[in-house]
Amino acid sequence: MALTLPNGRVFVPGDAAAASVGADDVAAAFEAAGTPVVRTGSRGMLWLEPLVELETDAGRVGYANVTPEGVARLVEVVSRRSQGDLLDDPACIGVVDEHPWLTSQRRVSFARVGVVDPASVTDYEAHGGWTGLRRALSLSPAEVVQEVTDSGLRGRGGAGFPAGIKWKTVLETASDLKFVACNFDEGDSGTFADRMVVEGDPFTLIEGMTIAAHAVGATEGYVYVRSEYPHAVAALRRAIDAAYTHGFLGPDVLGSGLTFDLHVRVGAGAYICGEESSMLESLEGRRGEVRAKPPIPAIKGLWDRPTAVNNVLTLCAVPMILADGGAAYAELGTGRSRGTQVFQLAGNVEHGGIVELPFGVSLRELVEDYGGGTLSGRPVRAVQVGGPLGAYVPATGFDVPMDYEALAESGAMLGHGGIVVFDDTVDMARMARFAMEFCSIESCGKCTPCRVGSTRGVEAIDRIIAQQDVAANLVLLDDLCETMVKGSLCAMGGLTPMPVQSAIRHFPEDFEPRDTEQSGARA
Amino acid sequence: MTTAPTTDRAALVRAIASQHLTERGPLLPVLHEVVEELGHIAREDVEAIADVLNLSVAEVHGVVSFYHDFRTEPPAAHTVALCRGEACQSVGAEGLYADTRARVERLGTDVAVSEVFCLGNCALGPSGTLDGRLHGRLSAERLEVLTEGWR
Repeated sequence: MALTLPNGRVFVPGDAAAASVGADDVAAAFEAAGTPVVRTGSRGMLWLEPLVELETDAGRVGYANVTPEGVARLVEVVSRRSQGDLLDDPACIGVVDEHPWLTSQRRVSFARVGVVDPASVTDYEAHGGWTGLRRALSLSPAEVVQEVTDSGLRGRGGAGFPAGIKWKTVLETASDLKFVACNFDEGDSGTFADRMVVEGDPFTLIEGMTIAAHAVGATEGYVYVRSEYPHAVAALRRAIDAAYTHGFLGPDVLGSGLTFDLHVRVGAGAYICGEESSMLESLEGRRGEVRAKPPIPAIKGLWDRPTAVNNVLTLCAVPMILADGGAAYAELGTGRSRGTQVFQLAGNVEHGGIVELPFGVSLRELVEDYGGGTLSGRPVRAVQVGGPLGAYVPATGFDVPMDYEALAESGAMLGHGGIVVFDDTVDMARMARFAMEFCSIESCGKCTPCRVGSTRGVEAIDRIIAQQDVAANLVLLDDLCETMVKGSLCAMGGLTPMPVQSAIRHFPEDFEPRDTEQSGARA
Repeated sequence: MTTAPTTDRAALVRAIASQHLTERGPLLPVLHEVVEELGHIAREDVEAIADVLNLSVAEVHGVVSFYHDFRTEPPAAHTVALCRGEACQSVGAEGLYADTRARVERLGTDVAVSEVFCLGNCALGPSGTLDGRLHGRLSAERLEVLTEGWR
């Protein structure tokens, strides 16, 4: 098949994950050779990174795992501007848009990620950007809220609270000043979708937040980004500047009379600040200690004013909902989980990355079909769904459909959609201990069950691992977990028992007294 | 930069704090900028920041001590931060962390090895940063190559 390369351009991801395996050096090598480079986000097929794409008349053709040394060969292909041998290269994965890993997905929030130039406001517009905002500005705030309510959109940060209902509360609470706050403190291990959408398509978040501002009557917005994400901070700041220049932010958004100013604030390495009330404390310049609820942030949030607090992915779903209507979004999904979920395949997995699909896909399809099993080639023993506070699920439980209610019923939770795969060398007692250790390190310290309970939990599991009074310590641990679940102020202490207890429930052999020969097997 | 004379340092810290005075909740942005410009937050910086922002010294100290990023000692010449999150653990991060600490201690060079919990690179672990730059698929051999010039 003869292909031509119309502009001689190459696309190299500037995404942090791609950069972590050499994409910046690859881009520099192309530039040194005089080839025009566009730094995009990543397509989310992370095992192929750095994935370089050449623009051809048949679409963008991808080359996987490109090294700086491999660039010379591609430059030569580009300089010939043809032909048959383009697709014969062993690193070639064909036209990227036709890759089965992508065509089988339903990308809504990630439709533009890896495709567009995240620095270009016009490229965003050419790919359907700002349509939702324009329509929203032609509607009344109450109509926008209704549209979001009709979509069935629920909070993607983990709690799954209906976004429309939250916005309605903020809209109906009278105040001289209201805020929109975006929770971009994506601290859960195994999750990176917020980071990737912002690095690859930051204008979607800006558009979603501006729509939210119009809907609830806010004039100021804050994005709270974790400091571990410098690439995302840079991409977002650059996009916000461009949005101001082009009139999508500022005193009179698109001539509508809406005033909306958007600020980026960087966290400082505290996991707890992903909890919304800690995040608000941190934004106000204090220690990230959890606030007691009520009052809820929708009524008394930032600086005691009504505040719509939403996760990145929640806000990034909003432009499409406004562009195509809430009903179109609600058509996707299952039960009370409407729309799509961005799953993140991580850990010991052959094909890690982003899988966006309507709710209802099974965990097995995600881990086995998309993920391709473990990277190590050994059998999958467990996956942790929903971050450090999520449950460990054994291979026998992989048929659970991925939606809020079905997962809750099976004793797990969706969280932020992260799925971390472990092979059969994992020691679940060690993982349970780590859950408690992590909580003891990252607890804000405000409530006793979390602050003290997690430390006592580490000690109890240490005794179990050391084979001291195993049965009695398991009872003690269970009791401690119950206290943390019932007595903690927030989800940190309240959910840390979930990985611990699910590990004990599904992998009791790792906690039982073992004879010395056996105990060496998983050391 | 960390050796700036005390008076210059105080003036700089005050200037940084003053620049953020018009912002809502300026303390974290101020502390970040002090770390960026001066390497760490010294005790006298806390007093200067508190004075400019009209906060108590206790409040500023409380914030500085709460967050991992607000270093109160000058940084080492080189830094390694390795992820110990679950996703990186599933591909051997715990062993890599222990091994790296031991190796750095043996070398005796001015390198700080620390743990982090998730760098958002969970499909390409073990992950870590070397002098602030993110690396994926780390191994002992790869770390050896990447840190070669540090001796």
